[in-house]
Amino acid sequence: MMELDTIAAISTPLGEGAIAIVRLSGDKALAIANKMYRGKDLTVVDSHTIHYGRIVEPETEEMIEEVMVSVMRGPRTFTREDVVEINCHGGLASVNRLLTLALYHGARLAEPGEFTKRAFLNGRIDLSQAEAVMDLIRAKTDKAMHVAVRQLDGKLSKFITRLRQQLIETVAHVEVNIDYPEYDDVEEMTLNLLNERITLVSEEITKLLAMARQGKILREGISTAIIGRPNVGKSSLLNALVQENKAIVTDIPGTTRDIIEEYVNVRGVPLRLVDTAGIRETEDLVEKIGVERSRQVLNEADLILLVLNNNEPLTDEDRQLLEIVQDMEVIVLINKTDLDATLDHDEVKRLIDGKPVVTTSLIEEEGIDQLEEAIADTFFTGGIESSDLSYVSNARHIQLLNQAKQSLVEATFAIESEMPLDLIQIDVTRAWELLGEIIGDTVQDSLIDQLFSQFCLGK
Amino acid sequence: MYDAGHYDVIVVGAGHAGVEAAHAAVKRGAKTLMLSLNLDMVAFMPCNPSIGGPAKGVVVREIDALGGLMGKVIDKTYIQMRMLNTGKGPAVRALRAQADKPLYIQEMKYQLEQLDNLTLRQAMVEELLVEDGVIKGVVTETKAAFYAKSVIITTGTFMRGRVIIGDVSYESGPNNQRASIKLAENLESLGFEIVRFKTGTPPRVNSRSIDYSKTEIQPGDENPRHFSYETTEEISDQIPCWLTYTTEETHEIINDNLGLSAMYSGMIKGTGPRYCPSIEDKVVRFHDKPRHQIFLEPEGRETEEVYVQGFSTSLPEFVQHKMLRSIPGLEEAEIMRSGYAIEYDAVVPTQLWPTLEVKNISGLYTAGQINGTSGYEEAAGQGLMAGINAAAHALDLDTLILDRSQGYIGVLIDDLVTKGTNEPYRLLTSRAEYRLLLRHDNADLRLTKIGYDLGLISEERYQAFEAKVVAIEAEKKRLSKIVVKPSEKLNQILADIGETDLREPLKALELMRRPKVTYDVIERVLEEESPLDFEVKEQVEIQVKYEGYITKSRQQVDRMKKMENKVIPEDIDYKAISSLATEARQKLEKVRPLSMGQASRISGVNPADISILLVYIEQGQIKRLSDEDR
Repeated sequence: MMELDTIAAISTPLGEGAIAIVRLSGDKALAIANKMYRGKDLTVVDSHTIHYGRIVEPETEEMIEEVMVSVMRGPRTFTREDVVEINCHGGLASVNRLLTLALYHGARLAEPGEFTKRAFLNGRIDLSQAEAVMDLIRAKTDKAMHVAVRQLDGKLSKFITRLRQQLIETVAHVEVNIDYPEYDDVEEMTLNLLNERITLVSEEITKLLAMARQGKILREGISTAIIGRPNVGKSSLLNALVQENKAIVTDIPGTTRDIIEEYVNVRGVPLRLVDTAGIRETEDLVEKIGVERSRQVLNEADLILLVLNNNEPLTDEDRQLLEIVQDMEVIVLINKTDLDATLDHDEVKRLIDGKPVVTTSLIEEEGIDQLEEAIADTFFTGGIESSDLSYVSNARHIQLLNQAKQSLVEATFAIESEMPLDLIQIDVTRAWELLGEIIGDTVQDSLIDQLFSQFCLGK
Repeated sequence: MYDAGHYDVIVVGAGHAGVEAAHAAVKRGAKTLMLSLNLDMVAFMPCNPSIGGPAKGVVVREIDALGGLMGKVIDKTYIQMRMLNTGKGPAVRALRAQADKPLYIQEMKYQLEQLDNLTLRQAMVEELLVEDGVIKGVVTETKAAFYAKSVIITTGTFMRGRVIIGDVSYESGPNNQRASIKLAENLESLGFEIVRFKTGTPPRVNSRSIDYSKTEIQPGDENPRHFSYETTEEISDQIPCWLTYTTEETHEIINDNLGLSAMYSGMIKGTGPRYCPSIEDKVVRFHDKPRHQIFLEPEGRETEEVYVQGFSTSLPEFVQHKMLRSIPGLEEAEIMRSGYAIEYDAVVPTQLWPTLEVKNISGLYTAGQINGTSGYEEAAGQGLMAGINAAAHALDLDTLILDRSQGYIGVLIDDLVTKGTNEPYRLLTSRAEYRLLLRHDNADLRLTKIGYDLGLISEERYQAFEAKVVAIEAEKKRLSKIVVKPSEKLNQILADIGETDLREPLKALELMRRPKVTYDVIERVLEEESPLDFEVKEQVEIQVKYEGYITKSRQQVDRMKKMENKVIPEDIDYKAISSLATEARQKLEKVRPLSMGQASRISGVNPADISILLVYIEQGQIKRLSDEDR
């Protein structure tokens, strides 16, 4: 049942790093690498040697990239299988290209953490080494904390610990009111007080996320959604971005449904275009998955490209979309400027106050430069200091921060609708747990410890 | 040694765990023997005269839903009943009763005496008969050998019990009963891992020596609720408790005499519970608190003894006397019994399966305070489960393990057998991650069916339960069909309770989702008086009003169940998984979790170990599959 096929993956963070590595493991690793590579014959070189050469397109033999290739034969490798590591310049597009080539020549895209899993299954059982790579399994399966902690910036760790302490003191306060209702020494926690404390923490998380933004971009690309009514030119936009920037298509299974994502590199900003399959198939995200679902896609996106038709007056649906995105990072495209302007540009600008509006004629290939400039501007003039780039760079951390914030938002809603404190507390505790996952601390008992150190309880 | 008889189940001890264990075993059809050191002390309360409270009260409801005795007996013998946390959400509302201690004993013993298949016998058990890892029976001090397929030990704090008052200390169980020494030694020789725990109790004073005018009255509820789903009659003449406070003088006396406290002189070696600190502990640890609450709780109707809650101490008797008299209302107080600390042996509970069966001795079960818990309710809950499972073992019936989403009893036992405990364990609502599902009001909905299937619930009661379930659903359906239209009258009702106007027509059910719109308000809005039972109305209201949160909790449970359903093979060899961290491997070998869910809750087993374990188990299955292919 164990398929011992050869797997490949990008083993460095996606982004604009100096060097990126594509790793292959399995009995065909050398053969596959050899097919992509021009230089020495990799199938006969000594084990644990490194070689300079070129990666070429199949058939055309056109050079894609200059690379250094490490050849390591099993069993003295991480997975105990033959392993090849191709080091290339770190551009997202080029590294993705190498990966697709490896897949083209017969490798299978590795599941998250599959190298580690193989290392384990092949009896390579040094936990200390496995754990460093386990991050991958963990990031994806949401089960892990321990290793991520080590990667954590010390400052961030302290900061999160402080936020957690504020939350747990609040929770302990609510708990003491519940478990010791007659204990008169603490004032009853009130909705107002709770709200005050939650808001403080929530604001801090928001700041952290703002700082995280660029770190995340560099790691895995800005998730970008293209939206708009049917026939406004969404697929033209997609094609324009993709053609211009030679997109790599990746299939990412394992999400709720298999969303096709495409990566493009726009002036050094890697964009991850989400749900492009939806656009290609139906030309209409909203139509296909409904407003609610698209709202969710939008919420998860870092950047939204909203396309409007220059040749039609603004419809209710357009207005609805403009309203949904008004608090998000959005660029509005008024497309089809080659046709008569029946759209009221001023009204659009009024509705989406302060956000960039770009006019394009995608069919005539006009305005694309301006769009790319707007995209780059949006993310490089955000006033974020470059030294903070790695502040929260781990995608998992960002996800956890977002979830924690969401829990606090829910708590705030519950406070507004005057829910009982012990129910609101569920969301606050959840936020505390999520923050704990970032720093690797989710021990339930610490609440009880807090309870008894903070209050003098008992009969 | 003589052959004194053969049984299916023997219960050693007749405290709160023992009585539930014996009762449940009998209900499951087991011929049962219950041995007690002193039959006048059946279900005796050696500490506070109360049952219930947050989390604990829900346990009593759960026990009742599974056919147990505690709820029924306290409902017949309370002197005061209070619903706590009424201003909070439904998940944390908790019933608490002040018990009439002597009456509780009498009633419990009487209930047990009515059981056809139960033998009550006064005896001191000194030895367990174990052959090849299988329990065979017990031997008493008087050399009677009783034989059984299952034995449950519920010996509370009696095991090598030692009472300490200041610098005085002597071998004793609680309340100067005989300590159980030989059995403790026997357990040790059988290879049990033992810890030494400590707990304490305050002095009792004579009510006639108290000046209540200097204290605040703490009355019971006007309309008392009850623990048992079978209780129909309420007790009308409730007796109040009284509240007073320690003074700076009290704290001075304590500080001056700290050196004489057994806790601080190093005489006590056992670990005490943090949630039940002695008064000297409170004064030392929270020295800037000017005063501590002291509740004066009557121990019964026909006794003048009063329990001084909040005043647990192991200071010498003469200091206790001085301290008490520095408290308003207690200036003339006469001590009837001194406060004391008690040290005792407890079994490290990770030695047990979740059925409470001892891992290394088939057919032997332990339950209650011996497992490192504290509290009558915690003991009773374990006793019930041990009784159910010991009978199952003896009669080859289905066993019962409750998971963390089914009851506080499940949380309690899972915590004990998975994590162990380094202090006497007490249930708190914060120990339950799904506490919104583990409510006082829905214990019957959670557990009655299980109890019925195990033969613990009578046919009659089960039918009443089913009728209630039907009524709840029918009422929800009915309210979802009635449309309420905005009107001046309606908006006046809403304004009166502090809600905003209704603008659009709305289903009655939807209207009830508003925070302040209770079922009563709906009745007013609809101008009807529902003939439904109070508990049905309450249930409808809670289920509708908190639906969002309840759904969220259920989703969490579903996620947990996925891990819970991943079974770890019984024959797994953790030594073979060398990539597990050493600590994790040791813990896993000790706990021997039954599922990945349980494994993931063991402290010291981190997510990496769980990933590895998952991979390993997957690998094993792959191997087995490919073996079959051959």
